[in-house]
Amino acid sequence: MDTKSIHSEKNKKNENTENKAQPVIAVCLGTGGIAAGGDKVFKKFEDEIKRLSMDAAIGKRVCKTAKTGCRGLCARDVLVDVSIPGTKPLTYEKVTVDMVPQIIEEHIVKNTPVEKWLAKEDYHKFYDSQQRHVLANSGIIDPENIDEYIARGGYVALKKVLETMTQQDVIQEIKKSGLRGRGGGGFPTGEKWASGARYSADEKFIVCNADEGDPGAFMDRSLMEGDPHAVMEGMIIGGYAIAATSGYIYVRAEYPLAVKRLHWAIKQAKEHGFMGKNILNSNYSLDIHIKEGAGAFVCGESTALQYSIEGKRGMPRTRPPQSVEAGLWDKPTVLNNVETFANVPIVINRGADWYSKIGTEKSKGTKIFSLTGRIKNPGLIEVPMGATIRQIVFDMGGGIPRKKKFKAVQIGGPSGGCLPESLLDSPIDYESLLGLGAMMGSGSFVVVDETTCMVDMARFFMNFCAGESCGKCPPCRIGTTLMLDILTRITQGLGEESDLELLEQMSDEIKTMSLCGLGQSAPNPVKSTLRYFKDEYIAHIRDKTCPTATCVALHRYEVVSEKCTKCQACIRNCPVKAISGSTKEVAFINKEKCIKCNLCYEKCNFMAIK
Amino acid sequence: MEVIDTSKVEKVLEKYKDTRGALIPILQAAQVGYGYLPEPIIDFIAERLKISTSEIIGVATFYAQFHLKPRGQHIIKVCCGTACHVKNAKSLSVKVHEKLKINVNETSKDKLFTFEEVSCLGACGIAPVVVIDEDVHGELSPDKLGGILDKYKKPEV
Repeated sequence: MDTKSIHSEKNKKNENTENKAQPVIAVCLGTGGIAAGGDKVFKKFEDEIKRLSMDAAIGKRVCKTAKTGCRGLCARDVLVDVSIPGTKPLTYEKVTVDMVPQIIEEHIVKNTPVEKWLAKEDYHKFYDSQQRHVLANSGIIDPENIDEYIARGGYVALKKVLETMTQQDVIQEIKKSGLRGRGGGGFPTGEKWASGARYSADEKFIVCNADEGDPGAFMDRSLMEGDPHAVMEGMIIGGYAIAATSGYIYVRAEYPLAVKRLHWAIKQAKEHGFMGKNILNSNYSLDIHIKEGAGAFVCGESTALQYSIEGKRGMPRTRPPQSVEAGLWDKPTVLNNVETFANVPIVINRGADWYSKIGTEKSKGTKIFSLTGRIKNPGLIEVPMGATIRQIVFDMGGGIPRKKKFKAVQIGGPSGGCLPESLLDSPIDYESLLGLGAMMGSGSFVVVDETTCMVDMARFFMNFCAGESCGKCPPCRIGTTLMLDILTRITQGLGEESDLELLEQMSDEIKTMSLCGLGQSAPNPVKSTLRYFKDEYIAHIRDKTCPTATCVALHRYEVVSEKCTKCQACIRNCPVKAISGSTKEVAFINKEKCIKCNLCYEKCNFMAIK
Repeated sequence: MEVIDTSKVEKVLEKYKDTRGALIPILQAAQVGYGYLPEPIIDFIAERLKISTSEIIGVATFYAQFHLKPRGQHIIKVCCGTACHVKNAKSLSVKVHEKLKINVNETSKDKLFTFEEVSCLGACGIAPVVVIDEDVHGELSPDKLGGILDKYKKPEV
């Protein structure tokens, strides 16, 4: 398809929506939306409309805030947008199948929205306080329909690149924008492309790292599910810049919906001439293939990922040579993360000058964080680099639920660190996070409250790294296991004071001696908790208590009589009926029956169980 | 050695015969066909791809997705990612153990359930999460999970 036809297509699309003036019902159909029954709600809307022979299009799309995030945010369940031409689109939350007929009857037919089911103020606050550029289409368009992407300016950047820019122009533009890798390290994307372009070979590859293994991060999944063409467009532009001959997307097999939508996107992009031979009648050709991962965290490391694409064990190798020189099948390879690619069309469309105005001096643009854990409004948020932790946790996230106190935020997953309350006003960018002992990582942002034990948190991440270590280099393979042993001992009350020094020492050794990023960053969660929460380690070791009652081996559950409101939540939730009490009597825990499941502590809203 | 029908894997090998680096997709497709990777099938693939069995075993044991032993009819995956961890995913694992009397990575005697703990399924917004077969169940409590498991226990009509 030539450029004109893209535009005529675009205009046609606009005319369609304007002329026909159809009401549109858009149902959240991301992984989270489907888990909440989104597909059933969607089906019900379809059935009802068919039954009433009404002229409304049902848009199949993912919900606005992100597929899964929206649920917590919108007081659970499916989000549905109803737009009646000529009026402001309205969002319903908690939509169930039973609510569908009434929404149709009152809102669509009579044009009187069902007020009681509309999204409340906190939904809009969450949404309005962000700057959504990369997520601009997610939740708005139907990800399975390329026309909707095109109608919102999709593939215009690719056209601009192929028609008016040389490879060097593209690289210069990306360099000037200051875009840095969103997958963890924050390497300047333009630099990487420039070195990729420098090497010539009969085959060159552009690879998209969609092996989002960092527990607590799901922005890449949401992007692939919500706006797959944006990722694809960025990749094709990158491919052009480095003269790649083919492309691969390495995506986790744990993300079946993302895999399905990417396959769709590739098919449609080919049909429209955006991919394949002589893209948009230029001399550039590129095909993109999908490789499904098979469940190994270490495959997020670039060399391991390339081995995995080749069908081998995904074990990292020493560098140099860097991938740009000899990567996939020993050919020059440029590898970027999903979110990085999704930023590329924005840079090209709006210009490096515009882009580089967003963010801080060294970290440009916006970053998507997956805000989860003990937070009122979990979800995906996109903020300019340099936003503070406080803004994210309290302004967008709505703070901590159930009257508990904020304790820390874990940024960057197993490679990152835990930052305490005193750092709430720190700006988030690549450098400042490193300085504080955390790391941008892929952008997982897990909030923990006063009921979470930081020693246990460190143990959790070490357990993860020990399990995911590929076993190639001893510092990582043996080091993480030994550190895990020490941490486990501490959480069982068997720690010694000398352990703390030993942990520090081992952290430094593993960091310096490990082969790849997994080992080098594995001690970060331990180091950061030792730095900010040393008192908790000391409580476990010296006093043999866990201040948050998480480490079950150390705990004897008791009711604090002064705080108990006799609400009996603990009694109702105790699985072994070890708690007695009534509306007149404070609760009492029978220690012989207690199995230390921690449920009473969890359920108590008044911190009356210690 | 047990006799196993190789026709399923034949088709897979045919489909990928011109694909570079096809071992992992071949194993994935074979596993879909057989439910796990039986030894004779691994030998068969090795012979056809002209690589050693040990290379395939090396790959199959490296990745969490591959299974060398038969698995249950329903696969229960309790997510142990960070977000689920801080929302007490452990209590869900305890519940599965209590209810089905199997430990992690075990299959129940009636071959109905296999119980696994996995790291992050990317559904952190609705933590804690359990995935049974393809269905994602979010915002679970041990009680809710118990109810869901009961539904799967009933024989299919």
